[in-house]
Amino acid sequence: MWRYLLPLGLFIGLVALLAVGLGLNPREVPSPFIGKPAPQFTLPRLHRPEATVSPADFRGQVWLLNVWASWCASCRVEHPVFNALARRQEVILVGLNYKDQRNDALQWLAELGDPYTVTAMDADGKVGIDWGVYGVPETFVIDKRGIIRLKHTGPVTREVLRDEILPLVRELKKEPA
Amino acid sequence: MKRLTTGFLAVWLVTASAFAAIGSHEFDNPQDEQRFKALIAELRCLVCQNQNLADSNAELAQDLREQVYTMIQQGATDQEIIDYMVNRYGDFVLYRPPFKATTAALWIGPFVILAGGVLVAVVYVRRRRRAPPAVTDEAELNRARQLLNDDETKPS
Amino acid sequence: MIPELGHFALILALGLTLVQATVPLLGSLFRRPAWMAVARPAAFGQLLFMLLAFAALTWSFVINDFSVLYVASNSNSALPLIYRISAVWGAHEGSLLLWGTMLSLWTGAVLIFSRSLTAEMLARVVAVMGMVSIGFLLFMLLTSNPFERLLPAPPDGRDLNPLLQDPGLAIHPPMLYMGYVGLAVPFAFAVAAMIGGRLDAAWARWSRPWTSIAWMFLTLGIALGSWWAYYELGWGGWWFWDPVENASFLPWLVATALMHSLAVTEKRNVFKAWTVLLAIFAFSLSLLGTFLVRSGVLTSVHAFATDPARGVFILIFLAIVVGSSLALYAWRAPRIRSSGRFALVSRESALLLNNVLLLVVTISILLGTLYPLIIDALGLGKISVGPPYFNSVFVPLTAPLAALLGFGALARWKQDRFGRLFRLLRWPLAAAFVLGLGWAALMAPFKVGAAFGLVLALWVIAASLYALWLRVAGKAAPLAALFRVPRGFWGMTLGHLGVGVFIVGITLTSLYSTEKDVRLAPGQSHTMDGYTFTFEGVTHTEGPNYSADQGLVVITRDGRPIATLHPQKRIYHVQRMPMTEAGIDAGLKRDLFVALGEPLGQDGSWSLRLYVKPYVRWIWLGALIMAFGGLLAATDRRYRMARRAEAKLPAGAAAGVA
Repeated sequence: MWRYLLPLGLFIGLVALLAVGLGLNPREVPSPFIGKPAPQFTLPRLHRPEATVSPADFRGQVWLLNVWASWCASCRVEHPVFNALARRQEVILVGLNYKDQRNDALQWLAELGDPYTVTAMDADGKVGIDWGVYGVPETFVIDKRGIIRLKHTGPVTREVLRDEILPLVRELKKEPA
Repeated sequence: MKRLTTGFLAVWLVTASAFAAIGSHEFDNPQDEQRFKALIAELRCLVCQNQNLADSNAELAQDLREQVYTMIQQGATDQEIIDYMVNRYGDFVLYRPPFKATTAALWIGPFVILAGGVLVAVVYVRRRRRAPPAVTDEAELNRARQLLNDDETKPS
Repeated sequence: MIPELGHFALILALGLTLVQATVPLLGSLFRRPAWMAVARPAAFGQLLFMLLAFAALTWSFVINDFSVLYVASNSNSALPLIYRISAVWGAHEGSLLLWGTMLSLWTGAVLIFSRSLTAEMLARVVAVMGMVSIGFLLFMLLTSNPFERLLPAPPDGRDLNPLLQDPGLAIHPPMLYMGYVGLAVPFAFAVAAMIGGRLDAAWARWSRPWTSIAWMFLTLGIALGSWWAYYELGWGGWWFWDPVENASFLPWLVATALMHSLAVTEKRNVFKAWTVLLAIFAFSLSLLGTFLVRSGVLTSVHAFATDPARGVFILIFLAIVVGSSLALYAWRAPRIRSSGRFALVSRESALLLNNVLLLVVTISILLGTLYPLIIDALGLGKISVGPPYFNSVFVPLTAPLAALLGFGALARWKQDRFGRLFRLLRWPLAAAFVLGLGWAALMAPFKVGAAFGLVLALWVIAASLYALWLRVAGKAAPLAALFRVPRGFWGMTLGHLGVGVFIVGITLTSLYSTEKDVRLAPGQSHTMDGYTFTFEGVTHTEGPNYSADQGLVVITRDGRPIATLHPQKRIYHVQRMPMTEAGIDAGLKRDLFVALGEPLGQDGSWSLRLYVKPYVRWIWLGALIMAFGGLLAATDRRYRMARRAEAKLPAGAAAGVA
């Protein structure tokens, strides 16, 4: 007798699954780097290309890596959030200028403000691939030991900063180096 | 309900899925070319609406194709290339889901269901064979008689 | 003015449908002939207003009324007329209007062609279809109004997606929707029968032609989509196991199982509960497909502008329609008694096994399609399931089906023996092996996979032809007897032949296609599989709403000219979208396919992609043959004669004594 209810039961399960699915984003790809060491790189600096920058430079500190480009419209939208963050001097901001022209990037920063302690130039995007970047902008939070602890894809809004990034940064600052 | 909207992906989405990326990669031998084609068919373009690296003309897809090409030229094995991609983008980048605990149900499922289905069918047939023949009730018999009578008296 | 009239027509249609869905049903339950008789005018009234609404939207497109938001988003004054019309169903809102209009057309068809149905049955069927119509009308009126205005009207529209500006893709949705929507008819019959508490051979006989016709359209729609993807997308492939493609294939598989199951129920009065479940399942998959395309739950190249809010509506609708029919099933099914008996080796068993296999394939594809969602919903990360998975699973599951086909078609009803079947079929079996292996040997290089596929395909073809031969052999005038073979049998034969042809196509094209990307300067050539492709440069050309670089490629073989192809790379003016139009020389034994890549260098050289694809046309040819079989099966004389015979019997008797 109960076997006749089986199709209905299975169907209810399917509907539940689909209902949950409506709240998910099938296009968002989580980072496999959470909890893993930040991939190494040595890139020229935007403002002083003869000098280089690499993640090792920030050992012992909590820092953010923000992937941006002058051709990216959403980066423009999130930039004021980072400008405000830089003024508070709460965490080090490192920029990764992704697949861009140096002049365009400099001009963009001059126009919109430069919140970054330093910006690395990833002209061919290789470092981006190493970090699993697939869209711009993206922002990473790295702890004192050089482990990536968070990745945010898409523009960082004030809410994201307030509710996700800054609480984590404060937590990480309490950790030993 | 976080939705990735507007600017973020708009920058990356090249709408033309029709624009099959006609590559300009040259190979020393046909086996390498075959490997390249097979690999870029099984790797997913992360910024597209369900396309593999072979068909997509998105910039990231071009970069990743280039990466696969370079690795083949450098002598990397297929597994090394796949591991490279998975290390950076996770299992999402593979169109052939790797066999692990979470995908066991996916790979084995169909065959388990097949076995189950055949079993159910066999049991069903066996049970039918043992079932007694249908009992016609009085009402149906009467109605049948009436029909037959009516039919006889009607002009056909 | 016209758009507002169209909108008003939809509202009137909704009003009539509300009547159509309730009054006749209540009339059938309370035995009120007057109420049941409301079904006809209500449904035809709904049809009228749906057609008016559709005409209004079409008119807006034809006259370039960009004050209508939908027209402005999907059309352009430079768009050729034929595409202005096909743009009506080119995006979400319009395609819903097409869905709804087709549903009312099918309802009208049921009313016209079902004179032999009892008044109760007809009333219930029409009412159930009306309930589905209500869902779509509400969906349109509440969330997706095609007649919404855009004021002030823009000077021109955003143009139809260039991908859709193609004849194949213009008729693909209507064909597909005729299939999806058509499955609502057997669904309505099943629900109506369950409401009445009577499931018998008559119900199965009524449902069969409708199922065959819907199945035919679905076959054509899927084949059109596959063919379009092949010649338009330029990557030589014809099926990608994309979620939306799967969403169209799943109801097809279940509809195939349903057709076979209905045959058994009609002839032998068994499988009744299964058949009802299949009818519900088939239409549920149609609705599920609608959900998947429009909700954004799965990523797909085919997805309409996805909107989770719309997704919620469709999900609720799906839950109500399918949930209530499955609840009805749970209530009524225990009382269904099948009276037939059959042995383990019999046609009934073979068809049961056939359906089991088809359902296993269906569930496997559904599993693969939804698996990324399942994993994500459980918080276990994100994975992708693509062609490598589906191809690995599909072939092992369908090969047994093809093998079973020959035996199933010739097995005796009720009781048969393996020995007899093997003896009966030894010649087709031998022929399949010999011819299959022989053919595979002719292909260079020999591949085991090809041998396997060809033997299987030829087995299906040989067994089907043999079954036909058995019917006419030994008769006094065999050729004349051929014409007297009932259409139903021809339908089955062609359906199965189509499967065989299809298997040949996919086997040979998957294993023996060659592809090469080349860089050629004008005058240079490349030889592949005996064909020499000579590139003769690129010229500029203008289309009605695009500019194109057109290449000239001459193909010869052993010096003999074979074809001249004109592959293009187009840029559509409005959407600035680049599109490749491949140059194809189609042939029964092979396709030659050239796509333009990129210009390289000053000397006029270009990168080109060249394909030789053997037997690829057999894929769609097989589908066409299958579809034609479906048409023949649906127009069998039995259905027309039965109508005349039943028309003579008193109304009550026709319903039901099994």
